[in-house]
Amino acid sequence: MEIQMQYYLLLGVVMFFAGVYGFITRRNLIAVLISVELNLNAVDINFAVFNRYLYPGELEGMFFTIFAIAIAAAETAVAIAIIINVYRNLSNIEVRNLDQLQEPTETTEPEEKA
Amino acid sequence: MEFTILIVLLPLLTFLVLGLLGMKLKACTSGLIGTFSMGITALLSYATAWLYFTGAQVDGVYQKWIPFNIEWLRFTDALHIDLGVLLDPISVMMLVVISTVSLMVHIYSMGYMKGERGFERYYAFLSLFSCSMLGLVLAPNIFQMYIFWELVGVSSYLLIGFYYTKPEAIAASKKAFIVTRFADLGFLIGILILSFYTHTFDFLTLTSGDHSIFAEAAGTTFMGGSVMAWALALIFMGGAGKSAMFPLHIWLPDAMEGPTPVSALIHAATMVVAGVYLVARLFPVYYFEAPEVLAMIAYIGAFTALFAAVIACVQTDIKRVLAFSTISQIGFMMVALGVSGYGGHHGLGYMAGMFHLFTHAMFKALLFLGAGAIIHAVHSNEMSHMGGLRKHLPVTHITFLIACLAIAGIPPFSGFFSKDEILSAVFAFSPWLGGVMSFIAALTAFYMFRLYYNIFWGTPAQHEHTPHEAPASMTTPLVILAAVTCVAGFIPFGKFVTSDSADYTIHLDPFVAGMSVGIALIAIIVATLFYRKASSIPVRLAQTFSGLHRAASHRFYIDEVYLFVTKRIIFNGISSSIAWFDRHVIDGAMNGMAFLTQRAALAIRGFQSGQVQQYAVVLLSGVLILTILVVFLLCC
Amino acid sequence: MMELTLQQAGFAFLSAVILVFSVMTVTTRRIMRSATYLLFVLFATAGIYFQLDYSFLGAVQLLIYAGGIIVLFVFSILLTRSQREKDPVRRRKVVAGLLTAGVGAVLCGGLLCTHLFGPSQLSEGEIEMHRIGYAMMGTGKYQYLLPFEAISVLLLACIIGGVLIARKRK
Repeated sequence: MEIQMQYYLLLGVVMFFAGVYGFITRRNLIAVLISVELNLNAVDINFAVFNRYLYPGELEGMFFTIFAIAIAAAETAVAIAIIINVYRNLSNIEVRNLDQLQEPTETTEPEEKA
Repeated sequence: MEFTILIVLLPLLTFLVLGLLGMKLKACTSGLIGTFSMGITALLSYATAWLYFTGAQVDGVYQKWIPFNIEWLRFTDALHIDLGVLLDPISVMMLVVISTVSLMVHIYSMGYMKGERGFERYYAFLSLFSCSMLGLVLAPNIFQMYIFWELVGVSSYLLIGFYYTKPEAIAASKKAFIVTRFADLGFLIGILILSFYTHTFDFLTLTSGDHSIFAEAAGTTFMGGSVMAWALALIFMGGAGKSAMFPLHIWLPDAMEGPTPVSALIHAATMVVAGVYLVARLFPVYYFEAPEVLAMIAYIGAFTALFAAVIACVQTDIKRVLAFSTISQIGFMMVALGVSGYGGHHGLGYMAGMFHLFTHAMFKALLFLGAGAIIHAVHSNEMSHMGGLRKHLPVTHITFLIACLAIAGIPPFSGFFSKDEILSAVFAFSPWLGGVMSFIAALTAFYMFRLYYNIFWGTPAQHEHTPHEAPASMTTPLVILAAVTCVAGFIPFGKFVTSDSADYTIHLDPFVAGMSVGIALIAIIVATLFYRKASSIPVRLAQTFSGLHRAASHRFYIDEVYLFVTKRIIFNGISSSIAWFDRHVIDGAMNGMAFLTQRAALAIRGFQSGQVQQYAVVLLSGVLILTILVVFLLCC
Repeated sequence: MMELTLQQAGFAFLSAVILVFSVMTVTTRRIMRSATYLLFVLFATAGIYFQLDYSFLGAVQLLIYAGGIIVLFVFSILLTRSQREKDPVRRRKVVAGLLTAGVGAVLCGGLLCTHLFGPSQLSEGEIEMHRIGYAMMGTGKYQYLLPFEAISVLLLACIIGGVLIARKRK
């Protein structure tokens, strides 16, 4: 007997909301980024499954997945570059320190040493 | 005659130059600039007077000339405000008075103010004052007059407060400004009412004798008086404020805190007669439209004259004595105007008032300048610090004596003639009032000689150094003014200034003249007995009438009454409740709004924490709620 | 008793791995472990793709995700080691996260189970590689040259941007 499509989708749901939970609770920026990867991955699975089960003759879902993977890679690279820069400036990468858009006076940014 | 506009513009230019560049100039230079410019202004004024009085007479009546006029603000065809120059006998006469006294004061101040801080500022203010006073008298319409009227008030304020480090001077300048400003409110309202009904500001139109322009106001009455009477009474209120008529006189004695030459110029000779000039300027209107107001002016003038003369008898500060004397003499002028009729012999009072204005300006300026020389010598205003100065200050002594004789009404000095004319006019109006005025004249002679003897005779006071005569820059104006005082009485004044601008020949009334000289002599003799040598009579008199004496020393408690009214009644009763309303209701509403805004902001600022994760929670919650809504509410 | 096919057994295994490790990824307190669990999840996802007969997709997943991104993560974790080895979590955040994630998961799961999808036309067999290649490089309908080029430009931009951002300022 074939595996029902819903199982795959439920798998994606659990993965996605695990990512959401991580995004909300984690304090480390890299951990947040990892959670985002989980989200993306869940979406990728959905694409592939829909393509496979509902439109087997087409390739749209697969290509969406491929492009999503490529974009995820790009996003990760840039995000990590930013994180490293943040780490240089603040000596840590905790999300709660990144609230300078709120009130510039409250957060004291250490002087950048040459 | 277009050059007459320069009479106003030149002092203005001097004011600007000295005011803007004064700091860069040497003190001496700025003094010279000011004096030189005033000299030219005086020459221009004399030229104007000469040209006017020789050229303006047509059929024995002086015409009114407007040699310069520009339209400034246009409201309607009939109602527009012009700036210009009006020449008629009184304005030309005032030109001569103002420029002469101002020139004298300019010269005198070179010596008196020497080495003072702010010398150039002083001269700048003097120029400003001269400019505004000249503009006032030359105004061809009542609105220009009002503008310059206020400018005069401002420059007076600045000059009284010249020693701005002295608290008394500050208080005095504020008092003068506020009191006159209060009176000017009445003036402004009066102008507005007048122009509302007559549709004009023009003096020429107002005084042309054409009654049709007042026709519109004829039927209108307000609280029992015709509306024109109210307007004119309110205009007189402005004049009463500037001319220190009772009960608005309280600022003038305090204004003596200013430099003495300023007192001579502003508070004796020129500004304080602005009210008299105003009434004289609108005299036909007063006479024809509101004779009852004219009568009121006469009674106010008489009361003020008496009141101030009584106070002057007991003051010990020489400048205050002179200040009250000024008030009293202005009262005389007001009485003269008030009792006057129009034209010919009936207009005697008008002529006499103007004549007295002229002579009084000269000898009162002389008195003040003399007082300045005395203060310069002994460094005090108090009579008790003086005495026996006649040996040390011979020039001042002689000129002061001449001025005293003039104000007392002894022939042949100028005061005799003008005062005599006033008394004649008053006797013609009402013998009873004439008697009162004669009594005041006697009082005048008495207090002036009390002043004179206390300064120059009596027991010499101890001085740190021997008093010495003032420098030539100060004595020269004294001598010039004394000379003018000696001869001014023989000017055929009736040829120049009369109520209807027609010729009038002055002839002395032997009864009135003899009586006034007689009572003046008696008063002088009494003063001589009391004060020539140390005598116990004044003290005993003061003890006998101790109540009156104390009241007069305290200026009849008018200041206290004012303080009571303003502080107790107005401040406590009205202002404080308004202030409470303002603070609690108006401000409260504003503060409440601000408070609510702040509270609301504090309440919602949590949303903008800058924490991305918080945003994510909110975003997701929103998405979920929307999804639930869509799925369960819309699709089912 | 239902007989388990190989396919079903594989799916059961992969889904178990994904479920367990994706939850552990977000719950573990150590960042390095978190990255490792993510690696397992990604491997299992690749397995899912293989199972769906998307071998190319699975290969891409393994190459880029497991091979590239995870390495990036590990390096950046090592580079930005903070004083706190463990990542503490706040109670309020946990509550908020649990609530949001729980409600969302229940909602989506419920929708999935109740929604009727169209008939599945599962066809066996691998997609030929040359078909993928033509679709990717073609310019016709259902062909993806333009997005492909756009992605390559994006990647180039990311390389430059990443270098520019992470570069040490003198």
